[in-house]
Amino acid sequence: MSGALSFSGYEPDDFYDEFFAEAGKPRDVVRTLVERIDGLPPGDLQNRQQAIERALMQMGITFAVYGDQQGAEKIFPFDIVPRIVSAIEWSHIEAGLKQRIEALNLFIDDIYHDQNILKDGVVPRNLLEDAASYRPECHGLNPPRGVWCHITGTDLIRDADGGIYVLEDNLRCPSGVSYVLQNRQLMKRSFPQVFAEMQVRPVIDYPIRLYETLRSLSPDVSDPKVVVLTPGICNSAYYEHSFLAQQMGVELVEGHDLAVRDGFVFMRTTRGYQRVHVIYRRIDDDFIDPLCFREDSVLGVPGLMDAYRNGRVALANAPGTGVADDKVIYAFVPEMIRYYLDREPILPNVPTYVCQREDDRKYVLEKLDKLVVKAANESGGYGMLIGPHATQEQRDEFGAKIRENPRNYIAQPTLSLSRVPTVVDDHFEGRHVDLRPYILYGDDLWVLPGGLTRVALRKGSLVVNSSQGGGSKDTWVIASTQSQLQTQAETQAQVQLQSQTQEAGQA
Amino acid sequence: MLSRVADAIFWMSRYVERAENLARFIDVTINMQIDTPGQAGDQWEPLINATGDHEEFKERYGEATARNVINFLTFDRDNPNSIVAVLRAARENARSIRETISSESWEQLNTFYHFVRDAANGDQIHKAPGDFFAEVKNRSHLLNGVTDGTMSHGEGWHFLNMGRLLERADKTSRILDVKYFTLLPRVEDVGSPIDYLQWSAVLRSVSGFETYRKRYHGIDVEQIVEFLILDRDFPRAIKYCLIHADESLHEISGSLTGTFVNPAEQCLGRLRAELAYRDVRSIINQGLHEFVDSLQTQLNQLGDAIFGTFIDPQPV
Repeated sequence: MSGALSFSGYEPDDFYDEFFAEAGKPRDVVRTLVERIDGLPPGDLQNRQQAIERALMQMGITFAVYGDQQGAEKIFPFDIVPRIVSAIEWSHIEAGLKQRIEALNLFIDDIYHDQNILKDGVVPRNLLEDAASYRPECHGLNPPRGVWCHITGTDLIRDADGGIYVLEDNLRCPSGVSYVLQNRQLMKRSFPQVFAEMQVRPVIDYPIRLYETLRSLSPDVSDPKVVVLTPGICNSAYYEHSFLAQQMGVELVEGHDLAVRDGFVFMRTTRGYQRVHVIYRRIDDDFIDPLCFREDSVLGVPGLMDAYRNGRVALANAPGTGVADDKVIYAFVPEMIRYYLDREPILPNVPTYVCQREDDRKYVLEKLDKLVVKAANESGGYGMLIGPHATQEQRDEFGAKIRENPRNYIAQPTLSLSRVPTVVDDHFEGRHVDLRPYILYGDDLWVLPGGLTRVALRKGSLVVNSSQGGGSKDTWVIASTQSQLQTQAETQAQVQLQSQTQEAGQA
Repeated sequence: MLSRVADAIFWMSRYVERAENLARFIDVTINMQIDTPGQAGDQWEPLINATGDHEEFKERYGEATARNVINFLTFDRDNPNSIVAVLRAARENARSIRETISSESWEQLNTFYHFVRDAANGDQIHKAPGDFFAEVKNRSHLLNGVTDGTMSHGEGWHFLNMGRLLERADKTSRILDVKYFTLLPRVEDVGSPIDYLQWSAVLRSVSGFETYRKRYHGIDVEQIVEFLILDRDFPRAIKYCLIHADESLHEISGSLTGTFVNPAEQCLGRLRAELAYRDVRSIINQGLHEFVDSLQTQLNQLGDAIFGTFIDPQPV
């Protein structure tokens, strides 16, 4: 079975392939890796892939198989062939993301204050007010330095034309960054030399940056108590919550570990109650405070919003931020960039038809067999119709839903997501991918070099969500300068090393 | 430290210790059967009694054969005190505090659980059960070593250490109680070769045979009872466990040894003082079973006091 995996015979077909411009012609940025893999002894790559899968099992990065009485568990599928992004392309993506997040943040701040963008007619008022994730309770809130979205994960795709497009924004609780860090750790074990040779930029300082971002939310306290708030062990992203808390060295708390007393937030410890200053909450707005939002929530903390409103605790992301995840609001982000920043968007949206507009709706209903239709407030690949792959019955069903509630739907052309070679049994086949980079917004904007590459493992599938047969790959961003190869911690460590040498010299 | 985290870490280590002790009990019973063919009578029934789930076993398995007892105590997921069930509980606790324990400890516990769970699917262990239970013990030792060597010995570790030692004290008292009860009613056995083998087996089940021999040389029931209850230095003796659990308890609250600032310290201090001034004669005169019964009641009260003091504190 263990023949040599090789790229000879690999077919990019009619898609944009991230590795091969045409069969047998690797792109410059991947050439070193392609040569390395083609030079491996037979069976070697498969062995490395299996070693990674064993390590994932050992680390317990698994999910339970529902209905299995024996407690069987599976790992999240991981493919050993990375996605590689050139330095030039990354600087374009990075600039585009910073611009987009800056504009989105200004938009959120605006709609919860003066609402100039509505008054000027750039975004229709009813679209905003009908968004399920719009929170009128948040009017007049003033998060520190006006930053609402501290942690964002933006989904990007590359279409057949080779261009990078923004598919959606995730400003609520974007997950997946723990996989970026774990995938990288495993890949470094598998290909230690290749990393140095190809000058891959490190991702390991994300937890330090995240901690600094969170700490910056409590500027008046010298050593603020930061915690990660999780819905609990049953949540599908629980592993990530505990991983991030561990990597940052902060407490992981559940709602019932916290209590609001005299207007301040405390956690219940073995030595009584201890004050909490900053909460990185991985719970949606709806559930964080039963007194303010959903009163049946048992995950949240009664009185939390009052404490927040009075500036006695900081929340990341700020409540109300999720309105930007609404897929109809998404359609207006290019307009926001022009409106707030007076610049053209660097990263374009995927062309989007807003079903509330009569012309768009008419077009969408005629072309249901060609388009992808999405409900405004769903995620994870749910509430979606992929026209070309759907039955007539499914299309009719969505048509009826659109007519009934046009505000709630958008449509986009069926995109031809780019592909990356992926191990399928004993050979490589192209599989469609997207990319979710992570952006932190504290004292300034910072983009993690890389992100989560999600891959649709089923042949021909365009759905990359892990709940629907998706897996992940490591993402390698190539450095353009030497300093990009250093993490913040390494830079600091070097300074320290230097001063020690001088002291030794003097003595 | 969060109260919920302290609770999880305490129970995580209790359950791991319970798994190890179950493996010890089963392993020693297997050896005893081999050493005393046809003579020792039924060794498997008392084992079920020692773990306290007698009725449930009778109902579901009937006869106490080696295979039935091993399956019930090792792989039965519906028996909350089987090895696989307590390891699962340990792992669920650990999973809820992954950010508190070291990654190394977590991975060790995770693979430990998978090892036992995978073994449940085959029949292999009935062919060489000794190997399997030796491996369970070794993995528990490995986990303890990894944890002690990678985790900061602060508050969290002291909760862990306390859980480990209190569970061990409880289990040592149980094995002693059951064996004493099974062996001594037969007056004619005292001093016979079987008696010697059986009491050696009790010592071996707590890895105490060699240490005991160095100290006392001959096999004598009273000395064995003294060794397992009142030895200060042997790590599976009850007194050792209580002394060091008490030290961890005082590290947690910061109060002086020999004083108390909460009900948990009061409870454990009293228990420790009682053992400090007991001699083995008085225990035998009281009746070993009565002594163990009272000890277990006090250990349960201590567990409740720890919960009330640290885990479920009243509002301040």
